[in-house]
Amino acid sequence: MQSYVQIENASMVFSTKKGKFTALTDINLNVDQGEFIALIGHSGCGKSTLLNLVAGLLDATSGVLLLANKEIKGPGPERSVVFQNHSLLPWLTSFENVYLAVEKVFGGKETKAQLKARTTAALELVGLTHASSKLPGEISGGMKQRVGIARALAMEPKVLLMDEPFGALDALTRAHLQDELMKIVAATKSTVIMVTHDVDEAVLLSDRIVMMTNGPAATIGEILSVDLPRPRERLALAHDPAYHALRSQVLEFLYSRQMRPKEAA
Amino acid sequence: MSAINVTPENLSEILSGDDVVLASKEASVAVSRARRTPYFETESGRRFIEGTVNLFKAAVPPLLGILFFAALWALVANTNKSIPGPVETWGAAVVLFSDPFYNNGPNDMGIGWNILNSLYRVGLGFGAAAIIGIPLGFMIGRFQFLNQMLSPIISILRPVSPLAWLPIGLLVLQKAEPASIWVIFISSIWPMVLNTAAGVQRIPQDYMNVARVLNLSEFKVFTKILFPAVLPYVLTGVRLSIGVAWLVIVAAEMLTGGVGIGFWVWDEWNNLNVAHIIIAIFVVGIVGLLLEQMLMLLAKRFSYE
Repeated sequence: MQSYVQIENASMVFSTKKGKFTALTDINLNVDQGEFIALIGHSGCGKSTLLNLVAGLLDATSGVLLLANKEIKGPGPERSVVFQNHSLLPWLTSFENVYLAVEKVFGGKETKAQLKARTTAALELVGLTHASSKLPGEISGGMKQRVGIARALAMEPKVLLMDEPFGALDALTRAHLQDELMKIVAATKSTVIMVTHDVDEAVLLSDRIVMMTNGPAATIGEILSVDLPRPRERLALAHDPAYHALRSQVLEFLYSRQMRPKEAA
Repeated sequence: MSAINVTPENLSEILSGDDVVLASKEASVAVSRARRTPYFETESGRRFIEGTVNLFKAAVPPLLGILFFAALWALVANTNKSIPGPVETWGAAVVLFSDPFYNNGPNDMGIGWNILNSLYRVGLGFGAAAIIGIPLGFMIGRFQFLNQMLSPIISILRPVSPLAWLPIGLLVLQKAEPASIWVIFISSIWPMVLNTAAGVQRIPQDYMNVARVLNLSEFKVFTKILFPAVLPYVLTGVRLSIGVAWLVIVAAEMLTGGVGIGFWVWDEWNNLNVAHIIIAIFVVGIVGLLLEQMLMLLAKRFSYE
């Protein structure tokens, strides 16, 4: 069976003032439909770069990226992105921010009432019906991130890309949103690629954890399958030996094998 | 036993002129407890006092500054008899502003007409500069090529003294009135061009990434992202521009003549009416301040986050 997202021999070289900088090299990854992938690695290892390649915000220097057997060329709404810092437009209300995306994707085919219904449904999905007429400046960081998720989900993307979506939030809010995200992904059967630096988050949420070596010239070091049964319960997992085994495998990769960049190469 | 016991409780009653003569201390306490508390001890009363005190505190330093300025002015006027002092000038201003809109032909019109004429010229020149400068700024900010093409010209033309443009205006436009509007236009266009361009270049990459992921059309990018994000910068440019325009109009009118506050200053100089010149300085200052404050309010309305 063909994979949904295929990345073959992708590499990314940036031209900087100090010459060429190789961020990523020899990236090979296949993602199945409905799979939840976590990209983890130390900062500067190019995990966000890899996500941006799939998003189309960056063009790979070499190699091929395919989505459903079509080459990825430039960004598009079928690969919606939840940005690290929510990236809501501060002059639009929560509703308008989501509506902007909905209108773009479905505007040609549906009536205004249908578009509004989609927007309302997306905000309801993330539990923000009450804040739909608020401006981003008037709501908390966690709520902003939820609007960002609602905007990305409302586009009904083939792949949902998330760039450290909960990185800027406090631990309690983050746990709450992780639980919500698990429910939403289970309900919508979305294909997700998520960048994270949080080991617990990666193990809790994903089907496979893609661990990246340190940059420069970072590549995929190891891929760990997380075969914990779903739905997953945060509290139950805390006492699950399988969970801890997976968690220590990731930690071991990050802290003993990837501490010094030279060893990775 | 004395007839009146002065205690904090009954002091306000005694002072407020209540005709109650209290026979004993016990009675006084009893009576005052039964009465309602005086206004200045209630919640709203206290707030009133606090507000008054704060107002006083805020008003004292500026008033002191103005007083100091007036004293200095009076001192200078005292040593140099050709300069009228504050009192004399105030008297002249009262006469002048009691009939601001008289009209005895083009060389003798009220101060109101002169101000309005100057504002009209500033409005035309500044308006034309905004209509051309703001879109130009957007294009320079959006297209790197245009930026590189125009930046040397802008860098050379921007520091030129506004009045250096007047002869060119007179030559090309043949008349004084459009020439002074031209000077306003050319000197007030630069802050709007430069600020708008800087605003476009400083749009957070995040917003543009949103636009790219959503594949928004150029029109939507402009109306939903570019314009609202740049608006505060545009308004800063507009504010600086109107300041420049108002600065320049006085000088331009001195040279070109016609009805206007600048010409009026020159006319009063020829009449050796120094009090009127001083009044004109204050009028120019106050009108400029008002224009700027108006735009500050507008800018506040459009600032987010």
